[in-house]
Amino acid sequence: MYYREQKPRGLAERAIGFARERVERRLSAHLEDRDPDYLREALPLLWLLSTFYFRAEVRDLGNIPADRPVLLVGNHSGGNIIVDTFIFSLAFSTYFGVERPFHQLAHNLAIAWPVAGEMLRKSGTVSASHEHAEQALKAGAPVLVYPGGDWETHRPSWRGNEIDFAGRKGFIRLALDAGVPIVPVVSIGGQETALFLSRGGGLARALRLDRLLRLKVLPISIALPWGLNIGDFAGHIPLPAKITIEVLPPIDLEREFGSDPDLDQVYDHVTAQMQEALDGLAAERRLPVIG
Amino acid sequence: MRINESTLVAAPPETVWNYLADPENYLHFMSGITHWEVTGDHANGLGARYRILLRVGAAEVGGLVEMVEWNEPFDIAWHSVTGVDNRGRFRIREQRPGRTRIEYRLAYGMVGGGIAGLLTEVAAVYPMRQQMRRTLRQLKRQVEHEQRRLETERRRAGRQRVGA
Repeated sequence: MYYREQKPRGLAERAIGFARERVERRLSAHLEDRDPDYLREALPLLWLLSTFYFRAEVRDLGNIPADRPVLLVGNHSGGNIIVDTFIFSLAFSTYFGVERPFHQLAHNLAIAWPVAGEMLRKSGTVSASHEHAEQALKAGAPVLVYPGGDWETHRPSWRGNEIDFAGRKGFIRLALDAGVPIVPVVSIGGQETALFLSRGGGLARALRLDRLLRLKVLPISIALPWGLNIGDFAGHIPLPAKITIEVLPPIDLEREFGSDPDLDQVYDHVTAQMQEALDGLAAERRLPVIG
Repeated sequence: MRINESTLVAAPPETVWNYLADPENYLHFMSGITHWEVTGDHANGLGARYRILLRVGAAEVGGLVEMVEWNEPFDIAWHSVTGVDNRGRFRIREQRPGRTRIEYRLAYGMVGGGIAGLLTEVAAVYPMRQQMRRTLRQLKRQVEHEQRRLETERRRAGRQRVGA
């Protein structure tokens, strides 16, 4: 036994170790992976796409406190190609400067993508976990979370103007634990970047994807360049839908609901405020995609 | 990229200078501006710092700028400290008595942005030029209004002296 432990690792063992290391690296992202210089250099491309392709508008960034960490809570849209996140990152970075740390939480699979994953890491995305979010908030950075996650981002296009967090309340506990206010971020247009038909929740369960890959959905959509797109694992080319994002005033949970609030009450309050804002943005739109 | 626009105003250089030297006036004439905040120890003069944001396309761009020239009543120039690399200048020169030319120069760059950076610089020229022209139109209106107010004040003071 002693001999076996001291034995130098064989080629196969080292190859497996290397592969494991690579996979683990691919499936994780840390706060220190954020690279302000990369962000500064990526801003022109994001600005071009946001301005001319998505005719994006980001309103009321001044609602985000400039001097303290906050939990930004957004509605998730656009399948796996979440253009509103990129547009919001651009707006945040130009408004506050790339020097201000800013992190977003994303599913491990998004971070595992070969090129996009590296870009996400450098722009401050960390793998979605309560622990990562708490670390970022403690470090003084605003953190953007999408409680609806894959459930919300793959909702059918005709339900694009609905806030649907699927009853997930972890973000409230996170804000309470960290003692930071919640700032709702409401966006519209992402669900018009493809024709999303179904979440495919039953299909995901039948294929046991919820247990194997933490995926609750296997979405079905019609999207460029694939036509019928099942899973959206390789992403898609988003249609040039007009994206509008509105930042709502901060909600100080302790001041508004006390030190030990009822999570259901807070959840209803936050989602109702976001739904009201989303209804307002929907009322401004005249045509799908065009805006 | 460098953009240069100018206008002729019916006021002496001193009136133009006094108007431009007051940071509180910038929100009244700078087109597209969404944020103007004094961040340093002093409100104006050499070394004064401001956080400025302008809406250009999908983003509010700008950042921290510092005054690097304060040559009364001829030149005000600034350089960016953080945010998009830029430098700008208001050049104030008397054309003839009571008439002043104001030049507004702005140079900006997207260092390290590659082809996208170059495209962005070119794509931003048109909206930036339009904003600069609107800025100068508003500045001309404000300065000429200020000049009329000063002349009226002087006339009134003269009449009061004669009456006394």
